[in-house]
Amino acid sequence: MNRAALLLLADGRFPAGGHAHSGGAEAAVRAGRITDAASLEAFCRGRLHTAGLVAASLAAAAALGAEPGELDAAADARTPSPALRDTARRLGRQLLRAGRTTWPGGQLDALATVFPRGLHQPVVLGAVARAAGLGPEDAAYCAAYESVGGPATATVRLLSLDPFDATGVLARLAPDTDRVAGRAVRAAREALTDGVDALPAASAPLLEISAEAHAARGGRLFAS
Amino acid sequence: MAGLNTRPHRGTAGVRAHARIAARPDGRGGTALPVLAGDGPLALRRTRGTGDEARVTVVGAMSGPLGGDRFLLEAEVAEGARLRVGSAAATLALPGQGGEPARYETRLRVGAGGALRWEPEPLISVRGSDLRVHTRADVAAGGRLLLREELVLGRHGEPPGTLASRLTLRVAGRLLLDQDLACGPGAPGGWDGPAVLGGHRTVGQVLLVAPEFASRPPEPRLLGDTAALVPLDGPAALITAVAQDALTLRRLLSEATAAAEEAMAAATGAAAEAPGAAGAATGAADGPAGTTRADARPAGSTAR
Repeated sequence: MNRAALLLLADGRFPAGGHAHSGGAEAAVRAGRITDAASLEAFCRGRLHTAGLVAASLAAAAALGAEPGELDAAADARTPSPALRDTARRLGRQLLRAGRTTWPGGQLDALATVFPRGLHQPVVLGAVARAAGLGPEDAAYCAAYESVGGPATATVRLLSLDPFDATGVLARLAPDTDRVAGRAVRAAREALTDGVDALPAASAPLLEISAEAHAARGGRLFAS
Repeated sequence: MAGLNTRPHRGTAGVRAHARIAARPDGRGGTALPVLAGDGPLALRRTRGTGDEARVTVVGAMSGPLGGDRFLLEAEVAEGARLRVGSAAATLALPGQGGEPARYETRLRVGAGGALRWEPEPLISVRGSDLRVHTRADVAAGGRLLLREELVLGRHGEPPGTLASRLTLRVAGRLLLDQDLACGPGAPGGWDGPAVLGGHRTVGQVLLVAPEFASRPPEPRLLGDTAALVPLDGPAALITAVAQDALTLRRLLSEATAAAEEAMAAATGAAAEAPGAAGAATGAADGPAGTTRADARPAGSTAR
């Protein structure tokens, strides 16, 4: 147990570039699908159980020491949108840079050397958690929480939503976040013996479609 | 539920049905079907094909699956064979008597130079039903596949049952797509919300595998704001669409498929014009994500 490292890694102020991304919230706001706290909650709940679950299981598997290249290929197969694949790799490179400086060590250096193109962010998240002395549960919680924390924070800016309302959304999602992290860790342990096909592949059609629309659009506030 | 007793192989655990199709070149420029074995509710008919393509229609799908049923449909297209499979009617996922979900598995294999068009009618998730669908496609290098999947959540004006549909694609043994969509009352929360289906009642995908896409992947393309065509990280493309009704969904998928086939034809033309295209292909494969992203643009001309 290394609770302080977990707080550091899960902190939105950790310099890994996540603040420039809305997790699809900006596209959903533009399309009129997020208009208030209630629709933000529905958005976040759906994202948590799809992209969030997949990210959490990848992070947990990486924290358990699964082969990063295989996890990255599994992440590609679960991310049909090229815009989202690009975003995930860009965030992965930024996180790896921050992680190598924060928790210097041979493991993370090797990742940067072996995968110069970068890895999907959740795979790096798991590896960084491991380098920080954290376990698969910690990595899964970071990924699951981040999958809803990003959109909630972004929506405060996009809609001038009351920050208390946005935080209330995250609090109401806490039981689901617990369930997703638990499910992710179980799947990650299965994947160690049965291979990456055992990882969840939960998909969200509108996140995928809108990510392409968003990437093609000018005048964006957030990169994704 | 009187109909239950008339169904074959029905025990307390539900119907087990395993249907198989095998296609291979007949040696005269056409395609032979050495295996065409229906089973119980999965009946198969060879129907009139075109040119070198054999055609099979799945009939009788209306009778299930009910809860507890396990259907397995397998098709294998050998090197150089061409097969097209459709269905006579929509498939209804119906409630069963026990609490067991029904399972419907489809396994498709396409050999090098083989071509499979898999275009069944929609799957309708009826209120109270619980169905897990898993479609696995394995395509050899140089093989072709067009696979359409359309899911309709509930009959008219009816809430849906629970439906989970997983689609897995491997090309030359490499995993290119693995997606699992869950919806209905048994799915985790948020499936009907703005991140997943946004209240739409139909969702569909068309998966295209074509050797030309290895060197020239199609550009990402949008149709309106509810459908997109995207290149996968390999010789394949995926179209995803959501819509309020099955007719609109079919129209969106057809338009996007036409756009993808256009891109395929353009890639074939370019390959024919440039005998040294293999070199260009290697160059493009070095940075496909970067190039496709820069070219991303909405397909305004084909939008509604």
